[in-house]
Amino acid sequence: MDFDALTGCLVSSACIVTQTTSGLIIGMLLFLVAVGLTLIFGVLKIVNFSHGAFYMFGAYFALSGYQLTGSFIVALLCGSLGAAAIGLIFERFFISRVYGRDVLMQLLVCYAFVLIFDDAVKLIWGPEFKSMGMPAAFQVPPLFIAGGVVPPFYLLLVAVALAVAALLGLGLARTRLGKVIRAAAHNPAMVSALGVNTALIYGAVFALGCALAGLAGALAAPVRSLTPGMGFSVLIESFIVTVIGGMGSILGALIGALLLGLVRSFGSIGFPLFTDGLMYLFMVIVLVARPTGLFGKDLA
Amino acid sequence: MSELQADRSSGRVVAGAGQRRSAAGADLLIAAIGFAVLVSLPFLFSSKALVDFVIRCAAYGLFATSLNLLVGYTGLISFGHGMFFGLGAYSFGLLMQRTGLSIPAAFVLTLLISAVAGLVIGAICVRLKEIYFAFVTLAFQMLIHSVILSWQPLTGGDQGLRGGIPRPVFLGIDLGNQLHLYIASCALLVVGLLLMRQIAQSPFGYTLRMVRDNATRASFIGINVWRVKLAVFVLAGMFASVGGVIMSLFVSGAYPEFAYWTISGEGIFINMLGGVTTFIGPMVGTVLLLILNDTATRLTEHYGIILGVVILFFALGLRKGLMDFVVEWYAERRDKASTRETST
Repeated sequence: MDFDALTGCLVSSACIVTQTTSGLIIGMLLFLVAVGLTLIFGVLKIVNFSHGAFYMFGAYFALSGYQLTGSFIVALLCGSLGAAAIGLIFERFFISRVYGRDVLMQLLVCYAFVLIFDDAVKLIWGPEFKSMGMPAAFQVPPLFIAGGVVPPFYLLLVAVALAVAALLGLGLARTRLGKVIRAAAHNPAMVSALGVNTALIYGAVFALGCALAGLAGALAAPVRSLTPGMGFSVLIESFIVTVIGGMGSILGALIGALLLGLVRSFGSIGFPLFTDGLMYLFMVIVLVARPTGLFGKDLA
Repeated sequence: MSELQADRSSGRVVAGAGQRRSAAGADLLIAAIGFAVLVSLPFLFSSKALVDFVIRCAAYGLFATSLNLLVGYTGLISFGHGMFFGLGAYSFGLLMQRTGLSIPAAFVLTLLISAVAGLVIGAICVRLKEIYFAFVTLAFQMLIHSVILSWQPLTGGDQGLRGGIPRPVFLGIDLGNQLHLYIASCALLVVGLLLMRQIAQSPFGYTLRMVRDNATRASFIGINVWRVKLAVFVLAGMFASVGGVIMSLFVSGAYPEFAYWTISGEGIFINMLGGVTTFIGPMVGTVLLLILNDTATRLTEHYGIILGVVILFFALGLRKGLMDFVVEWYAERRDKASTRETST
């Protein structure tokens, strides 16, 4: 524990800016994964235990797309669309068989796919660490804000994540499709009786959730190293985000992810060995004080 | 079909005190026979691989059966049960390396440590509903795993606890000797299973089934559901840590993988494989998984794909564990026999 370093950081504006931006990056990536998780849970009532694998797929697809074309936009598209395609197949052929079955079966099917997906990535891309490198468009000198260093890529990352949050929030609240999805989350039998193809809605929501995880993976590819199994810690962290924010709430996922990102980035200065522990501690405090999360409704 | 329902449909009333005593006697007999068979194995087949295999079965079997107390009997799907396995291995290894205690003392202290950990973690977790419970236990497992990785001076970090575990001789038992270790592991396994069986068949065990089937009704007749769940969480954690102790003695160390989430996943799968509706199911599942594990790792390095496909086959195809089929087959035969009797 190093309180001197933490207080030292908190009085210097440069350090505050640097740590806040790195916290924002962690938080925004987590938000993208967690919002997919929470969306799938809200509509399908399934916790996608293999959600981290789609983050991993996003990163690897983006890597391949970038190596083939050299364009980061193509890489982002490859990452999110690739993850969505795999997600759609996964939902139609496997997840759809365990709707309404007990949680044990749902967990087992997802667990099986975590193993299969991790090994598949090992087979296709190799077991070693990979890195994508910063795309050429962002290889420019960093910005200095109040003495803190902010790479321009970070700004893009935050902007994309915020745009996704806004689009999702507005789409669910205002559009017809959003209304149908919310209705299906509430009462699928009634929605189906009104002539809506709920299987289609389920598949679309699952694919959308996976696309968001894939987008997060693709955005993370330039700043993180890629390895098979990279999705698992992200899954745990995004689950903690949904526990903190409240399952099924987009705003909760955003706030939870930002809080967690800041806890991690400032915690790494004050408690370098206990950064992960700090995160769990934070979750426990929220759970004890508000078991349904900060923005969650009672799930009974 | 749950065991409680099975009892009811076969017309047997839940055992009274006298019957329970005789049932306990039968369990004791089976345990004694099982122990005798296990101990005679190395004398019948002089195979080192078999000895190693049974020791690993003992470690994983205790772990998986204790998980069944939670999953099968109480309906608590813990996805972080492996933390107690890792905790047992590390606590015991560290106590032996650092304190110079005797093995029995370190063993008892390890049990105490897991009980305290189970009490603290359980107090937070057991209030939560199904999927929340699964993931929050998983989160605690990852917390313990990350503490093991980052507390390098104590635990050796990702290198694991190395340098061997000292095994001072006690009561003429020398656990440095592979045969002594084998017999000790078998004894721990048999005694552990016997104790868990008694817990499952006790009034407390039937309270667990009631909480699983209808927690609201249980609380209406005055059962403190939270306390019952917490009690079984602590007990299961203690038994799982015994599995960890056996494992740490077997590999003479402890590795972060013992506390990694995959151990919990395998535990859940073992329960599924063998079936959660019988007491012995997880033990059968353990043997099956270890055989599968050894064959698959010998044949290919892509163990994950094979294990994943087998899990899918069981979860989506068969939808039941192996022992569930045995029980159903047995019940069908008995039903046929009884209808024949009544018709004649």
